[in-house]
Amino acid sequence: MKIFATYNIKGGVGKTATAVNLSYLAAREGYRTLLWDLDAQAAATFLFRVRPRVKGGGKGLIRGTRSVDDAIKATDFDRLDLLPSDFTYRNLDLLLDAAKKPARRLGSLLAPLGAEYDVVFLDCPPGISLLSESVLRAADTLLVPLIPTTLSVRTLDQLTEFVADLNGHRPTILAFFSMSDRRKRLHKEISEQLPEQRSDVAATAIPAMSMIERMSVERAPVTAFAPRSLAARRYEELWREVRERAGLPDPKPDDAW
Amino acid sequence: MQSVLRQFVLSGEDSSLPELVLKLPGSAFAVSDASRSATVRRLWLDTFDWRLFRSGLTLEQVSRGGTADLVLTGRDGQVIAADHRLPPADGRNGGRSRPAWPGLLDTLPLGPLRDHLGPVVGVRALLPVARAVSVLREARVLNSDDKTIARITVDRMSVTYPEAGSVPPRLAVSALRGYQAQALRVADLLAAEPGITEASQSGLEAALAAAGRRPGDYTGKVDVRLTPRMPAAVAMTTVLTSLFDTLLVNVNGTVRDIDTEFLHDLRVAVRRTRSALKLTGDVLPGDMAARFRPEFKWLGDLTTPTRDLDVYLLGYPDMAAGLVAATPGELQPFHAHLERSRAAAHRQLARGLRSARFSRLSREWRHALDTATAAGTRPGATRTTVARLAASRIGRAHRRVLRDGGAITATSPPESLHELRKRCKELRYLLEFFGSLYDPGQHWQAVRELKALQDCLGEFQDMQVQHEEIQVFAAQMMEQRTAPATTLLAMGEIAAGLATRQHHARSEFAGRFRDFASPAGQNRIRALTGAAAA
Repeated sequence: MKIFATYNIKGGVGKTATAVNLSYLAAREGYRTLLWDLDAQAAATFLFRVRPRVKGGGKGLIRGTRSVDDAIKATDFDRLDLLPSDFTYRNLDLLLDAAKKPARRLGSLLAPLGAEYDVVFLDCPPGISLLSESVLRAADTLLVPLIPTTLSVRTLDQLTEFVADLNGHRPTILAFFSMSDRRKRLHKEISEQLPEQRSDVAATAIPAMSMIERMSVERAPVTAFAPRSLAARRYEELWREVRERAGLPDPKPDDAW
Repeated sequence: MQSVLRQFVLSGEDSSLPELVLKLPGSAFAVSDASRSATVRRLWLDTFDWRLFRSGLTLEQVSRGGTADLVLTGRDGQVIAADHRLPPADGRNGGRSRPAWPGLLDTLPLGPLRDHLGPVVGVRALLPVARAVSVLREARVLNSDDKTIARITVDRMSVTYPEAGSVPPRLAVSALRGYQAQALRVADLLAAEPGITEASQSGLEAALAAAGRRPGDYTGKVDVRLTPRMPAAVAMTTVLTSLFDTLLVNVNGTVRDIDTEFLHDLRVAVRRTRSALKLTGDVLPGDMAARFRPEFKWLGDLTTPTRDLDVYLLGYPDMAAGLVAATPGELQPFHAHLERSRAAAHRQLARGLRSARFSRLSREWRHALDTATAAGTRPGATRTTVARLAASRIGRAHRRVLRDGGAITATSPPESLHELRKRCKELRYLLEFFGSLYDPGQHWQAVRELKALQDCLGEFQDMQVQHEEIQVFAAQMMEQRTAPATTLLAMGEIAAGLATRQHHARSEFAGRFRDFASPAGQNRIRALTGAAAA
């Protein structure tokens, strides 16, 4: 089971759009996929038309009084399940703080799902908190959407330093440009130069497009409702790059024979 | 993952999805009008003796396009294990190909599916029991957020094997994970509609019913219903006809060598027939018994070499694993020799079962049985009832076992135990032929102690035979120069193991016989036959 987390300290950079589309593409390729919407805003949950409610709330999950298994909902897409958001997730930091080994709690909740899923995506709220630390400990790869500005690059450096200072397990960081506007000279320059200079920045950039914004109207991944659109093709390229860099094996069922 | 919650049968040909859509108004659910349609080929697999069905399991291979899924479900329709996306049957997948049926379990890849099937299927092959083509039309049931919570599938199935037939359209409601309660409400709404009834049969049962068969219609056991006052000749003809049917349905699987148990069941049917002719042949008309006894002996002898080698090969993994001084690798040439010998023996056997002699035996035996059945039902044909026949023959066989067994001492030669084993088998077969006359509980009690004695004698005799055979094999391999010294040493270790097991069985014999011959044990058999005869 490979765990990917879409994460950035900043909000509004395309984390949810990335998690929703990449998880859909993974499932479409044959990977048994779970997306956990950790953000109390419940955007990913909304996009899959699932009600943002988990019995027992975040407290039940973190304390282990409610099973993660029971909270999972199937999406409308084969092999793609969702662990929905709940409004109580806004208190996840406090709940984790009260738990034993809080930084490892998310990983231990996900471990029993290893036989059921090949790929897990964690869609994280912005910020640096105890929850982020727990995500960093659990994830194999951190997918970091960046708006191509100088400040964003600085944020990536800060994150890289933070991860380097962690003891024990450290996720691989893979940043990529998101909401990139090629009409802006700075966007164009940064998104062309940086992938050449830094190995932790993906070659694929996701453009800013109204089609991606339409996801909230269609309530589905753009890769599902407009599979031939430029946006969908870019997400496919990004998924290919992510999958190869993570060394994800071919979907299991093909290996069965 | 979705699981089938409830299945229904649609009455009336005009039942189609658009109408079903109209049948859900008034509820909080809507049915998506964008229904998907697909044609799938369905193949159900089981062993020849229905081991999966008898264990409440269903194994189905569902093919669509170039791929297929192999799915094992339980009684409630829940998926227990599955292998998805099998490659095409022509091997286009890196040289790997989909398993061909019939096939033994080791043609499946290691994994949960094989793990679940292993203890149930054992040494038997999986073979197609039904085939059908289904046109599936699937609609999604949506809640007020337009989220799919369940799927409704209409299945129009045409059966193509074992006979062509059609099945009334079936409808299945499946829940999406996390939406079980809502999907159950959808199923309740459908169940309340006229023209929709709860399905009483599984897909496999419906397919077989359409083809005029039912699952579980084969058993290797004596499967006859006798009544105590039935004329003895009629009863014995009924038993012999049933045994002959069992023998014949196992011929094809034996010749095609599908698995070892076809031959096993065929041999048991032959042995039971020979015992019936020997012990009760005098109630059959004319010289029927005397005429056919030599032919059935020939048939029995024809099957012996292959079965003996099968027993060796089936026990081989345990033998190899039990080596202490030698290694399994050193025993490998012995395995190869067994395989070669078995292939040659099976060719002989298949020739025999395809021979004119076997055809003549089958034809004439069937004719004799039909004639005897007709003669037996004529008024005043015989006055002896089957209950009296059973009491006298079981009594006689029982006394012989007690007499011969009682005469065996610590110094008796192996032959005396072998002879006693034959007498025990005769008693056992008689108890099986007439089993339907007796109280099942009492019958089981009577057979239980006999079975324990038989197991002990069987072990003793099998070890004796295998010990003699391994010496013959060693000589053959020496002659053919296929036996390295290390292999012969390993075979020596096997021979020593066989001798130890034989000694062990010999030491257990006295205790087992004492239990069987105890006054309580004797009374059990007398009470059994006495009640029915009275």
